[in-house]
Amino acid sequence: MNGAGGGPAIEAEGLVKAFGEVRALDGLDLHADAGTVLGVLGPNGAGKTTAVRVLTTLLRPDRGRARVAGLDVVADAAALRERIGLAGQYAAVDENLTGIENLVMVGRLYGMRRKAARARADELLERFGLADAGRRIVKTYSGGMRRRLDLAAALVARPPVLFLDEPTTGLDPRSRLDLWEAIEDLVADGTTVLLTTQYLDEADRLAHRIAVVDHGRVIAEGTADELKSRVGGERLEVEVADATCAAAAAEALAPMAADEPVTEGAHVRMAVRGRDGAIVEAVRRLDAAGLDVRDLVVRRPTLDDVFLALTGHAAEPQGGDRDDAEREEVAA
Amino acid sequence: MRRLIPDTLVLAERNLLRLPRQPDLLIGFTIQPIMFVLLFAYVFGGAISTPGFDDYKQFLLPGIICQNVAFGGFVTALGLAEDMGKGLIDRFRSLPAARASVLAGRAVADVVTNLLGLVIVLGTGLVIGFRFDAPAGEILAGFALLLLFGFASSWIFAVIGLSVSTPEAANGIGFTLIFPITFISSAFVPVESMPAGLEEFAEANPVTTLVDALRALWLGAPAGNDVWLAFVWCVVLIAIFAPIAVAKYRRAASR
Repeated sequence: MNGAGGGPAIEAEGLVKAFGEVRALDGLDLHADAGTVLGVLGPNGAGKTTAVRVLTTLLRPDRGRARVAGLDVVADAAALRERIGLAGQYAAVDENLTGIENLVMVGRLYGMRRKAARARADELLERFGLADAGRRIVKTYSGGMRRRLDLAAALVARPPVLFLDEPTTGLDPRSRLDLWEAIEDLVADGTTVLLTTQYLDEADRLAHRIAVVDHGRVIAEGTADELKSRVGGERLEVEVADATCAAAAAEALAPMAADEPVTEGAHVRMAVRGRDGAIVEAVRRLDAAGLDVRDLVVRRPTLDDVFLALTGHAAEPQGGDRDDAEREEVAA
Repeated sequence: MRRLIPDTLVLAERNLLRLPRQPDLLIGFTIQPIMFVLLFAYVFGGAISTPGFDDYKQFLLPGIICQNVAFGGFVTALGLAEDMGKGLIDRFRSLPAARASVLAGRAVADVVTNLLGLVIVLGTGLVIGFRFDAPAGEILAGFALLLLFGFASSWIFAVIGLSVSTPEAANGIGFTLIFPITFISSAFVPVESMPAGLEEFAEANPVTTLVDALRALWLGAPAGNDVWLAFVWCVVLIAIFAPIAVAKYRRAASR
């Protein structure tokens, strides 16, 4: 089943892709071993989708090379399309067809005979809890159902390598969880998955290794734990009662910080050296500076902190993007 | 390439399956043409004199059928614009399907919808008194010409659909282009009745050639070179617009 035979299933070296002035990919390197999940994490416009489009043969890179399942994405593009599945953030299924019709169509475009495609469609609908909805037109599906059908469509030909471009963007928590479980099942069966996401918890949960992408290149790579340890130790977060005092609080806390404290509104965040006594010391310092504190917490670093530390800006999607995703859900 | 035909048929089937589920589109090429036939026949019919034809309905039917077929590619423009917007084009391109099959599947599905439209308009015509006046072979040649013209129209509309970002824009551009082109022709009135300038345009318009050819094939009207010229026009339009559509598809899809 596994096309790459234990070796790397995805290998990209120095990928460059420019659209006019904008360099969507600027020397991107990626690597995923067969049977693992590579999380590609980054904000909107970081180049995640462009990377997926290059690796799935939709886009030719200007420079660099990439092999997927042992095949070159440019030279062997036609053969490679037989061995990959792609599911995207826009749930690319035909909403005027039924679930069955969508999957049968995809199966036949993979070269399957009608009967075999139909059998495979039934199997996938069953697996993704869509058996009852299979004869309904996709227009009547919920967002989560569409996403599951989209994933099912990507799996029709049992591809050894699967690309999921922001598979849960715009989904409600319950649907996200369902989709995560479906992805975990696939990986348990030996599928290699490249997953792009803006959600750090998603990468944290699903990915064996994570590549953090910004401005078209990988700025950090490793397991979730490795990345977290790169940010240093525990994180201290303080919320002062009066937002105008945030800078003063940052200054007061600076001596105990392992990095530059970041202020945002009434919040001050920083890495501290060692957990022991951090709370007591912080309270004492703030008190000495005569500052009122509303909230104070010391916690393990999350991937959010990694992202902030690496890029200087937060990884969570901007308000506007989320609105878009929701609007799409409503319109759809 | 070996897969072009089966993949095209799969995608044509998909396009046809969608059709009955889009009532707005369905009305566009069933009810609307009937309405046009009736309006023209009974509202304008009495005011338009058509020397050489017994009745305006005889003159009108070939013209309105050509106009209808010219609009036949509309479904292609709307469908392509929609597929681009919704990311379906990416899905198709990530599959091992033949590259040209997405566009060819559209054009082939349009042939079927054109046939349906033809039957509807012709049926309406027969009900209100249109009668063929030509040998069976020539009548069939007329049908072949119309389907070929419809196929050409699909490629023109494919270019429109791939040039715009939304189905609404495709709709707007399609109407603004096709309406004048079909009206400034011999489709609805004799071109001699038009003011100078318009008359020259109408004479040179391939729609006029097509309509005159159809009148020759179905009613035995004098044709000159129109019949074979009409076939040549269709082939030329396909030869021009199909490569443009394919090139645009390649570029648009790799944005």
